[in-house]
Amino acid sequence: MTDPIFEPRIVAYLCNWCTYTGADLAGTSRLQYPPNVRIIRLMCSGSVDPMYVLQPLLHGADGVLIGGCHPGDCHYQEGNYKARRRYINLKTILESAGFEDERVWLRWISASEGARFAETVAEMTEAIRALGPNPLKVAWEVG
Amino acid sequence: MTKKLIPVQEAGVQAALAAFLQAVLTRDDIDMIFTPVRMRSGAVTHALVADPGILAQADPLAPVLPVNGAAQMARLTVREPRKRIAAVLRPCELRAFVELVKLKQASFEGVTVIGIDCLGTYPVPDFMADHIEAIPQGVETGAIKPATGYRFRDACQMCEQPVPGAGADIKIELLGADLRAGVPVDVPEVFADLPVLRDGAEAPGRAAAVERLVAARTARRDADFAETREQLRSGGGMGDIFAACIHCMNCQQVCPICYCKVCVFRGQIFDYPPEKYAAWAGRKGALRMPTDTLLFHLTRLNHMAVSCVGCGMCTEACPSALPVGQVFRAVGADVQAAFEYLPGQSVDEPLPLVTFKENEWNEVGEE
Ligand code: SF4
Ligand code: SF4
Ligand code: FES
Repeated sequence: MTDPIFEPRIVAYLCNWCTYTGADLAGTSRLQYPPNVRIIRLMCSGSVDPMYVLQPLLHGADGVLIGGCHPGDCHYQEGNYKARRRYINLKTILESAGFEDERVWLRWISASEGARFAETVAEMTEAIRALGPNPLKVAWEVG
Repeated sequence: MTKKLIPVQEAGVQAALAAFLQAVLTRDDIDMIFTPVRMRSGAVTHALVADPGILAQADPLAPVLPVNGAAQMARLTVREPRKRIAAVLRPCELRAFVELVKLKQASFEGVTVIGIDCLGTYPVPDFMADHIEAIPQGVETGAIKPATGYRFRDACQMCEQPVPGAGADIKIELLGADLRAGVPVDVPEVFADLPVLRDGAEAPGRAAAVERLVAARTARRDADFAETREQLRSGGGMGDIFAACIHCMNCQQVCPICYCKVCVFRGQIFDYPPEKYAAWAGRKGALRMPTDTLLFHLTRLNHMAVSCVGCGMCTEACPSALPVGQVFRAVGADVQAAFEYLPGQSVDEPLPLVTFKENEWNEVGEE
């Protein structure tokens, strides 16, 4: 069951202190970005359990974006450094286990980088569109 | 460390090792012994032994590993007050114990580890059916062969670390030795005066025997990894491998690294409202139930693969006979390589997911 016109669905976990505010800034600055992203606000990129990324990928998302503060800028000092290692862990496991790890992105976007947020969403939407629908979300036997 | 010999009499190697453990228990600084023990029924279990009489049934060589003893040792050491325990551990148990110490679920405080070369273990049902001979052929040369008609557990066949590593205070060095003559043991100076011990030396053929066994196991491991990776990357991949999974979570329950008392997958967060199931079934055409089987395995990989010690308890526990351990070891090897981390080697080396450096993977997140 493939969509006739494929519109990627992207789940974004954004840190409250930076990327979420950056996304807000993109909105208030009236920057255009694709409506394909569903935003979930978290207190820190360091609070993203890999399960939060995997669950949507198995239940209907085509991509997952994690947005956090630039290294050195985490409100909790080290959350984003730990997030970076968990991201390497997750990507390595997805790749090793035969899944499309390129559906998961991590980007550092500060509160003042509204434009970078809009560009990232646009870029990711196009990259996922090029990949096509996430096979996991349509395969009834997995999930 | 001093090389000693545990003399072997008429009664054989099991009795010799039991006598050695009894002698260890007589020491003032040891309260109890944790060791595999043969029960009246013939089954073998780990036990925490306080009574020297029961130690006569200790059987560290019994070729079976019903559970990974590290998880049990964690219960005995996780908090004060602790007894001073001498623990007989196979290499994969010791590696798991090191990981559990780093995960703050266990402690080396008061523990004397008696590491033992592992010659390979059989699946519990095979062992129970036939009480297979403890000492296989080829101990002296390292060309170890399982008993005729039996196979060692898959995990054992591909275990390239059959010799106790860092963390073992005493090492029972079977490989290379003529066990009829005695069991070579490497002990710290303070144990050298144990009355049962004779002067000894490293078995002349030990280095060659270890090398030979490690080479054979490594070759087997690499062939297994290649096969598993091929399966993961072809066709339905991991979904197909776990197609017959019944989501019993036995694999998680027996994994020594999975220490959470209640796994998140046993909670209620995966009980969705009825309409949710219907919506998914509508979109996908059908919904596999129970749901979230693959999510369970992928999440477990994310939580523990970096520490997977390859003990294969998960494979043995799977009622659907799925190659759980092969997948976890192969994927684990890739993550371990990414972090340049080898589980079970050293308590001083931090766990990859609890540490970080500011200056690493600097390109990540910046595109
Ligand atoms: S995943 Fe399997 S092989 Fe790895 S440590 Fe756990 S039980 Fe042992
Ligand atoms: S033990 Fe086997 S059937 Fe049970 S959850 Fe693990 S893989 Fe699935
Ligand atoms: S507070 Fe933004 S990543 Fe930690």
